[in-house]
Amino acid sequence: MDVNVTLAAWSNLLVYSAMAVYAIAFLVYAFDLFGRQRTADAAARRTAAEARAGARSRAGSRAQGRAGRASAKSSVHRTSRHEQVAVLDAEDEADADGGQARAGSSEPAEAADADGPSAGAGADGPGAGAPERGASGGIRRLARVGTALTVLALLLHIAAIVTRCLSVMRVPWGNMMEYAMTASAIACIVYLVTVRVKDVRYLGTFVTGAVLLALGLSITVFYTPAAQLVPALQNYWIYIHVPIAILSTALLSVSAALAVFQMLRAWREAKSPRILRFMDRLPASDDIEKASYRIAAVGFITWTFTLIAGAIWAEVAWGRYWGWDSKEIWTFVVWVVYAAYLHSRATRGWSPTKVAVLNLVGFLCVIFNFTIVNVFFNGLHAYSGLSS
Amino acid sequence: MAKRRNGAAAGSEPAEEAAQAGRAPRGSLADRRGGASRTAAPANLGVLGMARWAWRQLTTMRAALILLLILALAAIPGSLLPQRIQDPGRVTTYIQDNGQLGQVLDRLQLFDVYSSFWFSAVYILLMISLVGCVVPRSAQHWKAMRAKPPKAPRRLGRMPGYEEFALPEGQAPQALLLQAQKRLKRAGYRTALAEDHVAAERGYLRETGNLVFHISLLALVITMAAGSLFGYSGQRVLVEGDTFTNSLVSYDSFEPGSYYDSDRMPDFRLRLDSFDATFDTQAQGSQFGQPRSFLAKVTETSNGASTQHELRVNEPIRINGTRVYLTGNGYAPVVTTRNAKGQVTFSGPVVFLPEDGNYTSRGVIKVPDAGKEQLGFGAVLLPTAGLNQDDELISTFAGLERPYLVMTAYKGNLGLDSGQAQSVYELDTSEMEPIAGADGQPLRLEMSPGKTAQLPDGLGSITLDRIDKYVSLDVRHDPTQGFMLVFSVLLVAGLGLSLFVPRRRMWVRVKDGRVEVAALARGEDPRVQAAAADLAVDLRD
Repeated sequence: MDVNVTLAAWSNLLVYSAMAVYAIAFLVYAFDLFGRQRTADAAARRTAAEARAGARSRAGSRAQGRAGRASAKSSVHRTSRHEQVAVLDAEDEADADGGQARAGSSEPAEAADADGPSAGAGADGPGAGAPERGASGGIRRLARVGTALTVLALLLHIAAIVTRCLSVMRVPWGNMMEYAMTASAIACIVYLVTVRVKDVRYLGTFVTGAVLLALGLSITVFYTPAAQLVPALQNYWIYIHVPIAILSTALLSVSAALAVFQMLRAWREAKSPRILRFMDRLPASDDIEKASYRIAAVGFITWTFTLIAGAIWAEVAWGRYWGWDSKEIWTFVVWVVYAAYLHSRATRGWSPTKVAVLNLVGFLCVIFNFTIVNVFFNGLHAYSGLSS
Repeated sequence: MAKRRNGAAAGSEPAEEAAQAGRAPRGSLADRRGGASRTAAPANLGVLGMARWAWRQLTTMRAALILLLILALAAIPGSLLPQRIQDPGRVTTYIQDNGQLGQVLDRLQLFDVYSSFWFSAVYILLMISLVGCVVPRSAQHWKAMRAKPPKAPRRLGRMPGYEEFALPEGQAPQALLLQAQKRLKRAGYRTALAEDHVAAERGYLRETGNLVFHISLLALVITMAAGSLFGYSGQRVLVEGDTFTNSLVSYDSFEPGSYYDSDRMPDFRLRLDSFDATFDTQAQGSQFGQPRSFLAKVTETSNGASTQHELRVNEPIRINGTRVYLTGNGYAPVVTTRNAKGQVTFSGPVVFLPEDGNYTSRGVIKVPDAGKEQLGFGAVLLPTAGLNQDDELISTFAGLERPYLVMTAYKGNLGLDSGQAQSVYELDTSEMEPIAGADGQPLRLEMSPGKTAQLPDGLGSITLDRIDKYVSLDVRHDPTQGFMLVFSVLLVAGLGLSLFVPRRRMWVRVKDGRVEVAALARGEDPRVQAAAADLAVDLRD
């Protein structure tokens, strides 16, 4: 029953410091995404021209359409230092760079970690020419700083969770505040892991912004003093059901962020509104769509598991595995919407943008399920810790 | 479901396949296969023709998608409006409070969403659509699993994964093909050797997983329905020291499934020896006073043998396929009333219902045999009495620190003989009047345990002996739960396979001294080029 008040106070302090660092990372990422467009455009034009030349020479046995696509895309990939390690869109890389795609893939760690231009050159391999590197070295320095700051903020964030956890000697997901803290940390980890595999640093603004918002809410609106668990939560299923739910939330949120960028990118590709010029530095919308889908697919599986684990726990705690409690209803709604999302991808007449809208609808349901249902709906899942 | 008639696939295969194979615009393959699905029903079809057309429409991917979205929408009202399956009392109150609107909503079955005709219609249609898709696809998959991988197309260079190199010096074409076949087989491919090439295919598990997932889903829904037919659930409130015998009459409420045979109810008795609740006295803010443990000690007697159990939330007792859950608890003040002659007219624990986190509990005491006039008491129990800012008595903590019972007394007719069933938690005061105190105001009794209050006008006295605790128990039986678990596990396994096993075809051709290695992804497959490249490297050395 003991609560270590000192540690709990430390935890709150760490939340504030993590928020401060996230805020700086957010600004740096924002400058990276929106600032210095002229340089980027110039570099993009140069690399696009170069890639077209290269593609033409290789076109040989390949269909013309594909070569054209590859060139368009390579102008985008040049902004990434380690594009050759991209596993998520390996096929497109191979289109653009042929056999060199594999040359870089043997050292993904170095490529992702390398900080100086010289290390970057080593990882880039022969596929990336000198001009791109010169341009990208300048442009992406901000993104690199942003990522470093995000890592620092995440460490503070994790420290906050660990101190909170130690102050009550139990898992850090017993109420809404702790859930939001942990889920945002996991979302950040999902983002950083994805960055190592594929350059999605354009998401940085989004992710740090969302984490900042989640932490801000958890220390104010959702704030709950450190305490032990209510009897309904005292079961080993809390080690299974809740972390998987947190992981699903994190995965689905990153997927939704990608879906937003996919839609903006597709809009830029189709209509070229000037306001979205910064979008030219992103991968093609098709690639973003694939990444978004893959993360959502993992999220769907973990969500299914959450649902089933929840049902098993419900049987242990309340005597029935399914009782249409408001939380169960919304978890089911989320599941059905994401099932529809997966099906819509294979349905004729559903453009990628429409599919992305479904992804976002699903994510809005996740958010609704967490916030509105927890706070305002009556139900058995009344663990928000907020006094009504 | 994959390969519905408009060519769509679970996970997304054909569209993806088309996109990967020829970089064709999204869905072109689907268009070709599903040409008819979009057109309106042709005229002059006749009844059979219309039926066939409707069936074809229902089994399309588009229909499944729309039904899924409708299902999600249809489930939502159940979270916005009170539901009879959860709280029939709240539904009644809601209808009373909202008059006409409540009636209309009730007629639309919005208080029974999950058994309503419209919700059932959506999910039954979805299931029919699913069956219409799973059956032909299972047959197709069965055939595909036994068929040889398709022969190489003429121009392998168009494949998304493609490598080409000269046949190594001194190697016979046939030997290389055999080597390729061996390697592919080892990698889990099904292979076929043709004249000048090896054809290979892998990833049948993807479709297997897909089918397993959807069939498990059907099985889950059916099992769930069966469970509600053959199971039962019953509720019972048990005060400390009381014993409950498992039989129909001893339940406070009982909901059997349509096919439940109550003769087969297992024979056992449960006695509540004690119940303990602890509440947080350390934490601050909203966490102060939160429950930290509920522990009921019970003695189970079945077949002449007694067993002690510790019953907690999350730790049900299981007796012969029947499970007993601790679902609630509260206070039951033990009250004794005496008439003017000192004879006991009522004595026993009275169950009070907690109304908030501090266990402010409400209950009524009915004394039909009080004398000429019947007595009734409306009471509020404050486990830890305190004053709020407005100097009103409230409960400040859920534990029994300073218990206080506040009562208003009534005399008259309790209405117990009217023949209408009465709630034990409500006092019908329509034929009663409040007992007035010395000042002429309605009498308000405030008492702590052990205290006795005298009633005016020779109505006798009332004593609060002590405060016992009670638990609410749920007793449940559902013979289908094991099946639910099995199907759930199959469902997740199938889902994993159907989303993450890559389907891939590969070909190795030797022609005119050149070796061609090609790979074609069928569905999501980030490694299709790497697969061709790796095989090429292997064969070259």
